[in-house]
Amino acid sequence: MTDITQTPNAPVPSDKPKGGSLFEKDPRTKRRNAAEGRFKMYGIAAIGVGLLMLVVLVTNIVTAGMGAFQQTFLELDVTLLESKLDKKGNRNIDDIKKVSTFGYAPLVSAALESEVEKLGIQTDLKPKKMAGILSKAAMAKLRNYVVANPDEIGKTVSFRFLANSRVDGYIKGRVTRASIANDKSISSEQLDFVDQLIDAGVLYKAFDPDFIFGADASDQRPEAAGIGVSMLGSLFMMLVVLALALPIGVAASIYLEEFAPQNRLTDIIEVNISNLAAVPSIVFGILGLAVFINYMHLPTSAPLVGGLVLTLMTLPTIIISTRASLKAVPPSIRDAALGVGASKMQAVFHHVLPLAAPGILTGTIIGLAQALGETAPLLLIGMVGFIASNPPDGIVEGFLSPNSAMPAQIYEWSKRADPAFYERAWGGIIILLLFLVTMNTIAVILRRRFERRW
Amino acid sequence: MALSWLLLILLALAVLGYFIGRSRALASAGGDSRDLHSLPSYYGYNVALTSLIPALGLLVIWLLVQPMIVSSTVTSLIPDDSISEGSNRGLIMSEVRRVADGLDGAVAKGALTEQEARNADTDVDALTAKLKDARQVLTQDLTKPILLAAQKHRVMNAAGTVAMQVSVLLLALMGAAFAYVRTHKDFRARNVVEQGILALLLLAASIAILTTVGIVLSMLFETMNFFQMHSWKDFFFGSTWAPNFRGGSELSILPLLWGTLYISVIALLVAVPIGLFAAIYLSEYASGITRAIAKPLLEILAGIPTIVYGLFALLTVGPALVSMFGDGGMLGVGWMASSNAVLTAGLVMGIMLIPFVSSLSDDIINAVPQSMRDGSLGLGATHSETVRQVILPAALPGIVGAVLLAASRAIGETMIVVMAAGAIAKFSGNPFEAMTTITTRIVSQLTGDTDFASPETLVAFALGLTLFIITLGLNIFALYIVRKYREQYE
Repeated sequence: MTDITQTPNAPVPSDKPKGGSLFEKDPRTKRRNAAEGRFKMYGIAAIGVGLLMLVVLVTNIVTAGMGAFQQTFLELDVTLLESKLDKKGNRNIDDIKKVSTFGYAPLVSAALESEVEKLGIQTDLKPKKMAGILSKAAMAKLRNYVVANPDEIGKTVSFRFLANSRVDGYIKGRVTRASIANDKSISSEQLDFVDQLIDAGVLYKAFDPDFIFGADASDQRPEAAGIGVSMLGSLFMMLVVLALALPIGVAASIYLEEFAPQNRLTDIIEVNISNLAAVPSIVFGILGLAVFINYMHLPTSAPLVGGLVLTLMTLPTIIISTRASLKAVPPSIRDAALGVGASKMQAVFHHVLPLAAPGILTGTIIGLAQALGETAPLLLIGMVGFIASNPPDGIVEGFLSPNSAMPAQIYEWSKRADPAFYERAWGGIIILLLFLVTMNTIAVILRRRFERRW
Repeated sequence: MALSWLLLILLALAVLGYFIGRSRALASAGGDSRDLHSLPSYYGYNVALTSLIPALGLLVIWLLVQPMIVSSTVTSLIPDDSISEGSNRGLIMSEVRRVADGLDGAVAKGALTEQEARNADTDVDALTAKLKDARQVLTQDLTKPILLAAQKHRVMNAAGTVAMQVSVLLLALMGAAFAYVRTHKDFRARNVVEQGILALLLLAASIAILTTVGIVLSMLFETMNFFQMHSWKDFFFGSTWAPNFRGGSELSILPLLWGTLYISVIALLVAVPIGLFAAIYLSEYASGITRAIAKPLLEILAGIPTIVYGLFALLTVGPALVSMFGDGGMLGVGWMASSNAVLTAGLVMGIMLIPFVSSLSDDIINAVPQSMRDGSLGLGATHSETVRQVILPAALPGIVGAVLLAASRAIGETMIVVMAAGAIAKFSGNPFEAMTTITTRIVSQLTGDTDFASPETLVAFALGLTLFIITLGLNIFALYIVRKYREQYE
């Protein structure tokens, strides 16, 4: 009972407790709690900034790139005059081919003139100026059609021609009357004419499959440029990467995870793999240039070379993920196989590898996605600056003939002077990201669906 | 016979060998596979692999060595006096190769007969005219020594190719025959095959070493060539970067290094605080759901290809910054002339590095033992005091490692700086000016028409080697710190 004893001459405690009330915070606690709140806010702000950047980036890509999927078209009925296209009249394909795209220009302007008359549009423009709103690709389209169907000469055929990139920009709001003041390729009168055509319903914006499947076009025809051919280039590169990186990566992982003795060589290999994963990608480009092109004389700009370089780049990724999934297979599986008389090799190839396959596949897909978006090494082996105007002729050509790749094509467009190409570049990025999202989704689904927890 | 045919024949031989070997083994056991030492298929694999692997190995080695031998022989054919002023042996050799390709093309088109192409006494002018008629690319007019060298080049290459095909096929057949003869019911086929497969696995694992060696050697040789033409003192200690393809260029790495480091520092100033605070919040404060949503979303930023960031910097961030800091901009300061600037590249690169810093730091903060948190909270510290005074000091080495890894990424990053940093090499502290980096210069010196005998092109290899060494050093150092730190708490 000592707890209530107090020395008599001790000072009488005041009513106010020394430490202050628990219900009323002293300034120090307030300060500390405020600091706590601030600290938490910093964290939320940091995540907010990160997510905001993601949102800005994605909205920016979508708003700037969706325009590339739609182009302005003009519908015209063109009379394929025999007198212009086949003067001899015997439908000899060689004679028809002699007429250059320039020879088709009068047909188009004549068609436009009669269309204007039919629609009752009043304009002071000369037919040649009227045709100036069309893309230079229009004549080429007409010529290709005639060469493919010589029997149609003399008839009137309906075509859907691409409009010039300036007209297209006018409709999409990129080009205004103020911005074309010094532009020689289009005039304000032509824009008036465009307005009249829109009202008449022959000039309209529509989905353009040629952007996705078509070939790249020269500097003067941004409206006709497509990403299809470079998509093929990327496809061939990915085939090379898949055919080389997957078997080599899996073999290397099996060796390191299952067979490698603890020795100097194994250590060196391990250190090398982890270092290669962090080497800047441009260094792999230099390697590709020096070894594959300068030393082995493989063709410049070929998807084969790009694939080889990307293989070396992707290998560490695939090896690291394959090793992780081999490690996840429990030792009891190996022990059971060895116990019933399998050799070490049989245990690994017949039992461990199939069980690790989903993980390996996931890692491979992620590695491929990484390789698909990589640009820097491709700059050095000449896949940029090449105008991918024709699809490759066959499978061997696909690997060996010069081509571009999707990211290289996007870079190429971003360097060109005409702002119409920027829209193409953003559009290309949408397609590239769609591929990456699909691949990553497949990887996630594979992991969810087939991953086994032991 | 093209290479693909040779490969197909080898494959066909291997498949054939599999069946022959398997049936011979079974026959030797009287059709009863229980008498065999190994499963029948192993005898098949033995024959197939013994035939295929050495032949493929020889093929690869031959393909690598033949160009070396041919070009060293052909180089010695070119007399020193035929190398004109301003040219050198490397240029002449590429000319020789072009002429040899031209002759090949002309023969393939039927414009030349094989005899004409090989005739050493032929009239040079007439041949040039014929080649031009056949539309073969000739950059220079042919001279006699070049023509002779080109003819020798063709002859040696053709002979080498035939010899290669014959010896590869012979080796494949010999391998198959050797394995076939050894096939017997008591032959330990499984052990032999497994040894072979193990060797193949080891070979696959060694490709990592080969790649590193390839990277170092390919850059080292060209760098040594470069230092023969250009003084190393100027490269490392000079102060001007002014390449001039007519000669007399000043090629110093210092201004480029300055630009690289400046941009990287800005990127880290953006990425480290945001990434670190995000990691602290996610690992210490966030509820399970927030974490499950925010972490993958942030990591999307890491999966976006760098070309996208480059375009974002070039077309969105750059113009936005100009509209703020440029002439007649919102702030009315007129500091920024063009959208290509250190700040543009640095900011965008910082965004790219946020998830890199945050996920690495997240791992490291999670590795700090719970007992340290409990001790601190038990003494009455608030959560943030625990983080600042206990967790961060404990995690500091790991976080430094993460920052160093991010710095190595920033230094080696190419697309963002190529598209948004500019091309002017200078020492300047103004973040609104355009500056250039090591990676940008590598790209610009090695793209377009390059002449691998001029210091202006070769400098790219010296830059690449320096970049490789810097990033490698940073990585090794960072991994060392991270590993050291992990051991502390394990």
